Amino acid sequence: MSIWSNLGLVYALLGAAVAVFLAGAGSAIGVGIAGQAAAGVVTEDPSKFAKVLIMQLLPGTQGIYGLLVGFITLSKVGLLGGGAATLDPQTGLLILAACMPIGIVGLISGKYQGMTSAASIGIVAKKPDQFGKAMLFPAMVETYAILALLISILAVNAVQI
Amino acid sequence: MAVLQMQRISICALKRDRKDILENLQSMGVIEMNQIADEDDGFEKMDTQNARVGFEKKAQLSENALAILESYAPQKQSLLSSLEGKALIGQKKFDSIVAAKETITAKANTLVALNKEIAENKANILKLSNQIESLSPWLNLDVPMNYTGTDKVAMLLGMMAADTAQDAVYAKIATHAQTTDAVDVEIIRTDKDATYLVVFCLREDEMAVEEALRAAGFARPSQVVDKKPAEKKADLKAEIKKLNSEIEKKEEEIRSLSSCREDLKIIGDYFRMRADKYEILGTLPQSQRTFVVSGYIPVKAVDAVKKAIGEVYDCVIDVEDLKEDEEAPTILKNNGFSSSMEGVLESYGLPHKGEFDPTTIMSFFYVFFFGMMLSDAAYGAIIAIACFVVLKKYPRMGESMHKSLKMFMFCGISTLVWGILFGGYFGNVVDIVSGTFFGETVTVPALWFIPLNDPMRLLVYSLAFGVIHLFVGLGIKGYMLLKDGKPLDFFCDVVLWYAFLVGLLLMLIPTDIFASIAQAKITFPPFLNMLAKALAIIGVVGLILMSGRENKNPALRIALGAYDVYNITGWLSDVLSYSRLLALGLATGVIASVVNQMGSMFGKGIVGIIGFLIVFIVGHTLNLAINLLGAYVHTNRLQFVEFFGKFYEGGGKPFEPFKSDTKYVDIKEETLS
Repeated sequence: MSIWSNLGLVYALLGAAVAVFLAGAGSAIGVGIAGQAAAGVVTEDPSKFAKVLIMQLLPGTQGIYGLLVGFITLSKVGLLGGGAATLDPQTGLLILAACMPIGIVGLISGKYQGMTSAASIGIVAKKPDQFGKAMLFPAMVETYAILALLISILAVNAVQI
Repeated sequence: MAVLQMQRISICALKRDRKDILENLQSMGVIEMNQIADEDDGFEKMDTQNARVGFEKKAQLSENALAILESYAPQKQSLLSSLEGKALIGQKKFDSIVAAKETITAKANTLVALNKEIAENKANILKLSNQIESLSPWLNLDVPMNYTGTDKVAMLLGMMAADTAQDAVYAKIATHAQTTDAVDVEIIRTDKDATYLVVFCLREDEMAVEEALRAAGFARPSQVVDKKPAEKKADLKAEIKKLNSEIEKKEEEIRSLSSCREDLKIIGDYFRMRADKYEILGTLPQSQRTFVVSGYIPVKAVDAVKKAIGEVYDCVIDVEDLKEDEEAPTILKNNGFSSSMEGVLESYGLPHKGEFDPTTIMSFFYVFFFGMMLSDAAYGAIIAIACFVVLKKYPRMGESMHKSLKMFMFCGISTLVWGILFGGYFGNVVDIVSGTFFGETVTVPALWFIPLNDPMRLLVYSLAFGVIHLFVGLGIKGYMLLKDGKPLDFFCDVVLWYAFLVGLLLMLIPTDIFASIAQAKITFPPFLNMLAKALAIIGVVGLILMSGRENKNPALRIALGAYDVYNITGWLSDVLSYSRLLALGLATGVIASVVNQMGSMFGKGIVGIIGFLIVFIVGHTLNLAINLLGAYVHTNRLQFVEFFGKFYEGGGKPFEPFKSDTKYVDIKEETLS
């Protein structure tokens, strides 16, 4: 089977890939940035390990959102069950477009959430009792990833196959 | 659901009762000290700095001794032991241990001294090992290192550059000291750093030979011992062994003292309490015969203090209401369910003076939203049961820990309920297991509906819950304005907004946009449509006219009013923010399904079951952890940003009473009367 005969499926798969790899890369960058700050705090005070670990994990959710959209896309086009649907290129492109929001927003928000987490880890290092407030700042950034996730899920679901 | 009312209590009593009264107040722990009397009214403050520092030093000593015991005789602790909390001991036992404080302090001193000796011995061992190290190249030498030779023959001992061969040395000597011929060079050892050699020559040639060798880079060893190197090494080894056995003996001695660990903890707490007491004592105004204690006390504790102090000692107790400008510390008082959420409020900020305590109202929304975001019956059951077991097993854990666990237990129950409503049990594990292993797919029906099949419906519900949450917040603001006697503000800032928002909502519901989202066309009777328009217009006109009412200039007033109406975008974004209820709920369910699907890929049979179990346990543990974190963070955010943003300021000062601030033990009050 030539790839050109089922271009729609290729587009749809590309959509799933975009959602997973862009959002995942964003989370990897974010968790990496926060992890450097967290490691610095633990060298000074190992007892803060649990708190800074939670802070480090906060930018990790974008990758999961990307995985989620990727999974929904795969199951939608039937690639998971074995019987892949035949899609026309138009539908495939629609699915690719539906996957864009979480991919792009996940990449950018993951990075910036990581930077905010690193700053919040600074709060935890100096004032451990302000953990609740410190956790909110990264959560603010995440809002936009959630909004993008929502639109991606709704859009993927809405595309008719 | 309230902030406890505070009063100021002042006790003036005789100095001879000072110790007893302070100790009583400390053990009651209901007064936050705040002295008001000035020094120049004939009162003076006592300098207790020295006494306090003395006690703190002793507390530190017991801490050090405990740390030493911990490093030589570590106590086995389970992972959950941090939940155990402080041990409870009786007053009598406490007193009997305190009576023996001299012996216990002596033991602590012994421990510290032993530890110091061990450290010194270890340093000595290191020094000796270094010596052995520097001897090792010379071990083949069987004369003492400081041996210079016989009457006629001189011995030169030294090092040259690495890879210097024997003939090269002979050659050097031959060229530089031509008159000598009776020279014997012996290489003792070569390694990568240097060549170690010994040179014999006639006594009279010694200078010339050494001169020749020096020119070739010969150097005498820096450290020379008066014994044969091998013997010296054996001596040093014996010395190290002696030191090691001494260290062992001392470690044994430390271990034998480990029985006094409990005593050390108690005595440390005792000294800490004494230090606190002396710190307070230093702030008390005192005259020649009397002293005055003053501070904040919750109204309900006044009678107890009057009974315990006023009826026992000669004193005057004066209780008065707080002055207008006095910012009293805050204590929250809530029922058993809501009080578990007090920690959440504290992390935002306690209510300031005169502010409403939102804990009770918040607690219901908190549990509701948390459950909706996690929304898996099995996860909810796991959380609730785990928290319940820990709470029952460790009844003496710290108060804030107790509250958090209780909060998560309630959240777990809520998650269980939402999971049943949405039909999520470890995602879709029932379908997958029945389909893969039994060949027939069984689905547990959702009590309400399955979100993934109908996300738009849940989105509408999420936003509707959000609108309710926000309206309640606005309502609390209205309540506070009314309570403060500001009916005009109540009307302009709350009622008009309600009218405007309700009008807009009612206008939105019959439109096509809403119908396409909710997938159901709702038609209102005409009068309701009229009412909606009327409300919206009244609201918007009222807001434009009234929001800038503090401004005299009519043009500016209208402009400010119009700007306030622009806040409708803020409301819109606040409401949309509740879409995370749907998104996070879906995330839990979908990732759980991914895990189940991955597990089922091993197929049927034993291998399939084992593979499934491994993937199942690892996958669901991860999913539970990450979504629990997500649900916690985002529930907090909805409360802090959206809900509190409508009415709450916070910024109150927590109540910090003068109490027995112990670290290891709580002392049980033994009241006989």
